[in-house]
Amino acid sequence: MTAGRDRPARVAADAGRAVTALLVAVLTGCTGSDAGADVPASGSAEDAAAAESGWADATGSLPTSAPAHFGFGREADEARVALWDIDVRPDGEGLPPGSGSVAEGRVVYETHCIACHGATGTEGPNDRLVAVEPWDDYPTTRAIGNYWPHATTLYDYIRKAMPQLTPGVLSDDEVYAVIAYLLYRNEIVAVDAVLDAESLPAIVMPARDRFVIDDRTGGAGPVR
Amino acid sequence: MPREEDAKLSRRAWVATTSGVIAAGLVKTQADAIRLVAQEAPEGTQDPTRVPGRMVSEIGTRAPAEQPRRLIRAPALSSSSRSPLADLMGTITPADLHFERHHAGIPEIAYDRHELLVHGMVERPTVFRMADLVRFPQVSRIQFLECSGNGGGVYNRERMPTEVTVQRLDGLLSTSEWTGVPVATILREVGVRPGASWILAEGSDAAVMSRSVPLDKVMDDSLLAYGQNGERLRPEQGYPLRLFNPGYEGNTSVKWLRRIEVTDRPTHTRDETSRYTDPLGDGTVRQFSLVMDAKSIITFPSYPYVLPDRGWWEVRGLAWSGRGRITRVEVSADGGRSWADAELQGPILPKSTVCFRHLFEWSGRDTILLSRATDETGYVQPTVQQLWEARGLRTSYHQNHQRAWKIARTGEVTFGLGELV
Repeated sequence: MTAGRDRPARVAADAGRAVTALLVAVLTGCTGSDAGADVPASGSAEDAAAAESGWADATGSLPTSAPAHFGFGREADEARVALWDIDVRPDGEGLPPGSGSVAEGRVVYETHCIACHGATGTEGPNDRLVAVEPWDDYPTTRAIGNYWPHATTLYDYIRKAMPQLTPGVLSDDEVYAVIAYLLYRNEIVAVDAVLDAESLPAIVMPARDRFVIDDRTGGAGPVR
Repeated sequence: MPREEDAKLSRRAWVATTSGVIAAGLVKTQADAIRLVAQEAPEGTQDPTRVPGRMVSEIGTRAPAEQPRRLIRAPALSSSSRSPLADLMGTITPADLHFERHHAGIPEIAYDRHELLVHGMVERPTVFRMADLVRFPQVSRIQFLECSGNGGGVYNRERMPTEVTVQRLDGLLSTSEWTGVPVATILREVGVRPGASWILAEGSDAAVMSRSVPLDKVMDDSLLAYGQNGERLRPEQGYPLRLFNPGYEGNTSVKWLRRIEVTDRPTHTRDETSRYTDPLGDGTVRQFSLVMDAKSIITFPSYPYVLPDRGWWEVRGLAWSGRGRITRVEVSADGGRSWADAELQGPILPKSTVCFRHLFEWSGRDTILLSRATDETGYVQPTVQQLWEARGLRTSYHQNHQRAWKIARTGEVTFGLGELV
């Protein structure tokens, strides 16, 4: 495994989770508490919880003789979790220490990205990254500047999947830097911007408020 | 006695072929038709009843004349391949013909070394090896998997193709018997904490494919699948372990699964924000459009088949819904003016494909065949006009509108939607 993607991620404290959840709910119009409001909890009294929730029944799989615990698998300690827990969420949870500037990001881009995404992020041959034109009905492209709703997604995705042929090769600082450069090219941050775990999640992306939760429900109602 | 009959039938077919006469009664499928055209006189005219056949083998192969293939549009570049729906029979897709969609290729993973980490809002963060997972109570379910980009090639009003096969059109659909352990069993084992409402599923491919899935969905019917159609998963289907979310867009069924994090909110990964989202034409973009709505498609007759004769033909196809069981499939042979109920081949399973069949007598005139499915929620597969009205003209996923095939007087079958819009 490569260094960049296996770097231990910051473990956020439980305190503040409710606040950030609410914040995310307000900012994104998309929240776990909405979607999961009717999901009962299980946990320490998992037998009772599973029985109450009907989860066990719904699977149609666990025989009534099933034990409360099978005891298969082994406990994952914090270090083990941190090794793989590399995702980054819109509230910034998961962002590593470090920082990167637009100027540093230009070097990263021209070393690792330019071959697939072009000199200005618009030429391809792979996905267009830069688009600053406003749109009304439809986006003409789905680039960072006009379509991506959260800047944090850039960190999550680039750290995991880019560069395409050498994923994971970028250091944490280089990921911050190339995001700074891409956001600069998309006219979202200034040329002297420096991004880190505090400033990246604070960026409001132009397309953020365009995303709405799926309203299809099946049934004989109107086609959606 | 059966020998005698077989031999007669075989001789008849051979005579029909070599004499250039298309034996209408023997041409049952597009594959048959192609084979008849391509077939040369068999080598020798040995009577197989007079020569002992070959002996048993450790692994079987298809008959030499039966070589269905996945469709790859640009072999060196393509990240997807499509199932040959017109060549398949019944609902099950042979594992080696299951469609593919990869985001950074197919990783090579050793079964004995693969691990699944389950953590986040759980009481006992746990690492499972494959030997652990297969020891849990096991279930098998026959269910479809469809890429939400399936059928995208026939949505654009300006670029509606006519010469398109059902494989190219809707081949990002396959059906398998999936075997594994319910996600609910594993989450029960680790203990979900109060307040949890989503999971993040993550693969160990070079894209580290990541998708958020509602917790109530995975607790309801999702599997950690390690088996497919009686064998271990194929590498291109996620060997040794994948998430399988019945009825959901295929991308959420993360392959090569290495991590599940239980969370209280979605992660907003790249593939649930900048991709797999649906601009609706009113300035908004639909997100987390996870369920695959009801859909059907006629697989026979379809392009490039040519009906050799008027008369009775059996229209055949597949229908499926991500919301449950298919309750009805109707077929129209007059461009949608009138509809007749097709026969559904049981058992009709939830979130699975069902075969439908409808006998129709082709008069030899221009004909437009359509099918439309209804599922147990009462949802009826919409027309393309209804989708255009609801979502506008330039969205990319979930294009489940009714498909049409036009039969020309010559018997040539082409994709016919262009005639209707």
